[in-house]
This record gives sequence, structure tokens and C-alpha cells, in this order.
Amino acid sequence: MTELEAGRAQALPSVRSGAALRRYRDLLIAVIAFAVLASLPLFTGSKALLDFIIRCSAYGLFATSLNLLVGYTGLTSFGHGMFFGLGAYSFGLIMQKLGVPIPVAFVATLAITAVIAAIIGAICVRLKEIYFAFVTLAFQMLIHSTILSWASFTGGDQGLRGGIPRPVFLGIDLANHVHLYVTSCALLILGLLAMRQIAQSPFGYTLRMIRDNAARASFLGIDVWRAKLTVFVLAALFAAMGGMVMALFVSGAYPEFAYWTISGEAIFINMLGGVSTFLGPIVGTVLLLLLNDTVTRFTEYHGIVLGVVILFFALGLRKGLLDFVAEWFAHRRDAGEGR
Amino acid sequence: MDLDALAGCLSSSACLVTQTTSGLIIGMLLFLVAVGLTLIFGVLKVVNFSHGAFYMFGAYFAMTAYQLTGSFALAMLAGAAGTAILGLIFERVFMSRVYGADVLMQLLVCYAFVLIFDDVVRIIWGPEFKSMGMPSAFQVMPLFIAGGVVPPYYLLLIGVALVAAIVLGAGLSRTRIGKVIRAAAHNPGMVSALGINTGLIYGGVFALGGMLAGLAGALAAPVRSLTPGMGFSVLIESFIVTVIGGMGSILGALIGALLLGLIRSFGSLGFPLFTEGLMYLFMVIVLVSKPTGLFGKEAA
Repeated sequence: MTELEAGRAQALPSVRSGAALRRYRDLLIAVIAFAVLASLPLFTGSKALLDFIIRCSAYGLFATSLNLLVGYTGLTSFGHGMFFGLGAYSFGLIMQKLGVPIPVAFVATLAITAVIAAIIGAICVRLKEIYFAFVTLAFQMLIHSTILSWASFTGGDQGLRGGIPRPVFLGIDLANHVHLYVTSCALLILGLLAMRQIAQSPFGYTLRMIRDNAARASFLGIDVWRAKLTVFVLAALFAAMGGMVMALFVSGAYPEFAYWTISGEAIFINMLGGVSTFLGPIVGTVLLLLLNDTVTRFTEYHGIVLGVVILFFALGLRKGLLDFVAEWFAHRRDAGEGR
Repeated sequence: MDLDALAGCLSSSACLVTQTTSGLIIGMLLFLVAVGLTLIFGVLKVVNFSHGAFYMFGAYFAMTAYQLTGSFALAMLAGAAGTAILGLIFERVFMSRVYGADVLMQLLVCYAFVLIFDDVVRIIWGPEFKSMGMPSAFQVMPLFIAGGVVPPYYLLLIGVALVAAIVLGAGLSRTRIGKVIRAAAHNPGMVSALGINTGLIYGGVFALGGMLAGLAGALAAPVRSLTPGMGFSVLIESFIVTVIGGMGSILGALIGALLLGLIRSFGSLGFPLFTEGLMYLFMVIVLVSKPTGLFGKEAA
């Protein structure tokens, strides 16, 4: 046994137990977060607040799933919004045309998304950096123009109208505002927990290695193409989940859900919150939605205000808010230990 | 789908000429925007996501100058010169701070300016559709070529774009400045060590790219309606052009733009609802078969 191997043999068990502990900690945080969110309607009757949180759930799931690609794997997708739109449209169409129970439509939508994401991903993940970004963008626009031109099926530029039927399932009535709110929160927390598990798993660390040095990962025997494709499909599934929450919230689906600006917003959310922490995109989502809501209330020129805020983050902080806070804490801790 | 209309057009010379010219002017305008984009990417290695805004400003500058002076030549000059100055300021003050930074960071700065510029136009010129109107010099009888109708303005537009392409191509390959620019694209550190101010070159290239987009906007002003956000669809299309032609290749931009223009004009006959989809489909096919684009160099 070489010195190196001996050292690793000792270190491994403690890392393992640390990871297990962290996993229970994540679960605990998730349970507490859900309890807090779900009990909110008991304390406040504010429909606006609950609506805001439902929108945060939809965008939060979507933005965090993009972070799996951008932050963890280094795949800058400009077209991630296509899966948001796909989720919203598939779910709405299945509910309208087939009238199946909601969970069936939910699972069917995920299955459809997985198949389409696997096909698109198989083509895209071979490409590098800016080319990957552009092909994903092209696919997004292709899906967007398909939605626009297939008017007899998707409603064209009018969007999917007529409402989404919501049959009661196991006593859960999504036509009820509070039920919808609690379901959205549950989906958000479950989705985040699942993504956290992916990010902290050995597979998640494989993704980080691919991001940092794909050639080395390949030499270590990792099938880079397959790992990238897997995360591409996984991220698409969570984006579709976000799309379904959005479809339920607005009771329909609109071509804007599949337009490229929605991908732009998700990228912006990620930059706003920061891509180096898991919860960065959630913070970014809350920031962007708050910003959008307050700014549109005060001025019709919200583009200027939003633009200046983006410039502040891009040129001033040069990183997302949570990145900034995390680095500040790390800096303080280091300074404290140094003394 | 309306394949009969497409087949009918292909068999009639009048329709063929009309559709080809309309495809050519779409292509030539796209080329002017896309070549600036590809030039900026080739030398500065940044994807200028706000390039559409220069096209928009070019059109608005031209409209204002035309309304003030009544001279078409001055309007074109205002569109080109105004956006050149704007490009120089934009590059020196903002973009130069994010060279070498994460691609996402560069994108965000541009995204911010897309939002800001659109609102600036909305404040100065108002949110409604504007029209510059066709200059009186071009309000003459259209030409009839093989039975097809060709407005004389279209010929001017195609001519100006062709001259720009030739001057640009020759300038880059034959002149000293062109050589310096190509050297800076290849190895900026070495160029800088040889005593050449690379910051000036970067600013100049950005101004040139902005000027070409502004010229395209000014040329388009008489034939298109002006609205805040008009740069957006042009931006996306010129991205497709550069990606199809290969990032950084001028010839690629020309071929890509012409192909896309023809796809648009003939596609609108055969697939009236799926014209945009056709362009994206074409882009996907090119990228899948040759990821670096038709004329792009193989990535190292």
C-alpha cells in the first residue's frame, strides 16, 4: 500500500459519514421549509403573497434545473426554456384532450419531456461551449415556431386557452387556491430535494469534474457524452415540472413560455443569485420576480431599471448575490482562523 | 403547407425574379448585421448580444436625419456614423471591462443594454410604429425584369451591401490595418508587444461592426417599419447566419445571409406558417453535420 492509498483509506469513512449527515440535514431543512411554506395560508389571507410564491415555485424549479447544467456541468444552454414550455403545453394538452387524473398527466408529461430531451440532447451535447449554446437556442426556436404554426393543436399565438380541467384527486382540489398553493410548494421542495441529491451524489461530482476538465474525466474512464446527456435530460425534467406548475397557475399555456426570452430570464436569475451555491437560483428567482413586480408598478420603462440592476451585478459585483455572500463569509472565517 | 404555390412560383419567371430579389434584400440586410457580429466575435472573442440595438439605432438616426434635412445621403451617413460612435463608446466604457470574463458575464452586460436601449428609443421616439417613407428620388416606376417587379431602391440596397462586402473583404486581406486586425484576432498579446495599441483596435472593430449594423438599419428604414425592439428578430437571424456561415468568417456570413434570405422568401410561399421554423431547422442541420459552420475553422 503506497502512502497515498493509505491516506485515502483513512480519509474515506469520515467523508462518507459526513455526506450521510449532510443528506439528513438536507432532508430536515426541506421538511422545515415545507412546513413553514404550507402553514403560511393559516396566518395570512393575502392571495397576492401566495400567488407570488406559486410563481417563485415555477421559476425556481426551472432556474435551479438550469443551474444543474450551467453551474455544475458547465453546459451553457440558451434554450433551456423549451422544456419549460414543453412541460406547460404537454400537461395542458393532455388534461384538455384526454381528461386523465392530474398525476397521470404529470407523469406522462415527464415521460414525453424525457424522450424529446434525450433526442435533442443527443445532438447538442456533442458540441462545445458557444456552439452548444446556439444549437439549444435553435431547438428552442424550432419548438416555439412549431407551437405557433400548429395552431389547430396548440392554439397558435393565442396560446392554449379554455382553461385546464382539474379533476379532484384523493381529496386534492387544484381549483382551490390554497390546495394549488400547497401542491406547488410540495413540488418545489420535492424537486429541489431531488436536484440536491443529484448534485451531491457521485454523479454530481462527476459533473463538476467534467466542467473543470472534461479531458481528464474522459481519461479516468468516464463516458463524458453519456454523463452530459443524462444531466441534460434530468434538468429538462425539472424544467418541465416548473412549466407544469406555471400551466396550472395561469390555467393555460402560451407561446411565450417556449420563447427564448424565458431562457434568457433563467440565465439572468442564475447570475443574479449565483451559480456556485445550490440555492443561488432560488434567491435569484425571488429577487427577479420582486424586482419585476415593484418596478412595473412604478414606471413603464422597467427595461432601463432592470438593465441598470443587471449592470450593477455584472460589472459591480461580478458575481451573483449568494456567491458574494458565501465568499464574504469564507473570507471572514479565514480571517478569524488566521488570528 | 402550400407546395403548389411554391411549385407554381418556381415555374414562372416573373414570380422567380420577384421572390429572388426579395430574398436578396433580406439576405443583404442580414449580411450587413451579421458581418459586424462575426467581425467582433473574430477579433474580440465576444458575442455581441446587443448588436440588434445598433441596427435599431441606425434606422432611427436615419429617420430623424431624413426628417430634419430631407437628404437621403445624409440620412444614411447619420445612421452609419451615429452607430459607429455609439459602438466605440459602448466598447470602451462597458464591454472592455468584461474581456476574458465568463461568457455569461459578457452576455449579461449585453442583455442589460438590450433592455436599456429599447427603453431609450421608446423614450426618445415613442413606442408606436414609425415610418421613414421612401425618398422621392426612388419614387419612380419599378423595373420589370423578365416579368418580375423590382423596385429601384432594392437595387441600390443590394449594391451598397455588395460594395460594403468587397471593401471589407479587400480591406482586411490587403491593407496594413486589415493585417493588424487579423493579427490582433490571432494573438493580441504579441500585437500589443509589438507596440500596437490593441485597445484602439478593439474599439475600432467594435465601431466598425456597429457602423455596419447601423448602415443596415438606415438602409432598411425606408422599407421596414420602425419600432423599439425591431433589432431583436434581426439579431436572432444574424446569429443564425453567423453560426451557419461559421463564426468569424466574412465569406461565411455572406453565403449564410443569402441562403437564409432565399429560404425566407421562398419558404414563405411553400410554408407560410413555418417560415421561421425552416430557418432554425436549416441551422440545426448545418450544425449537426458541421458544428463549426460552413466556412468556420476547426476549433483547436
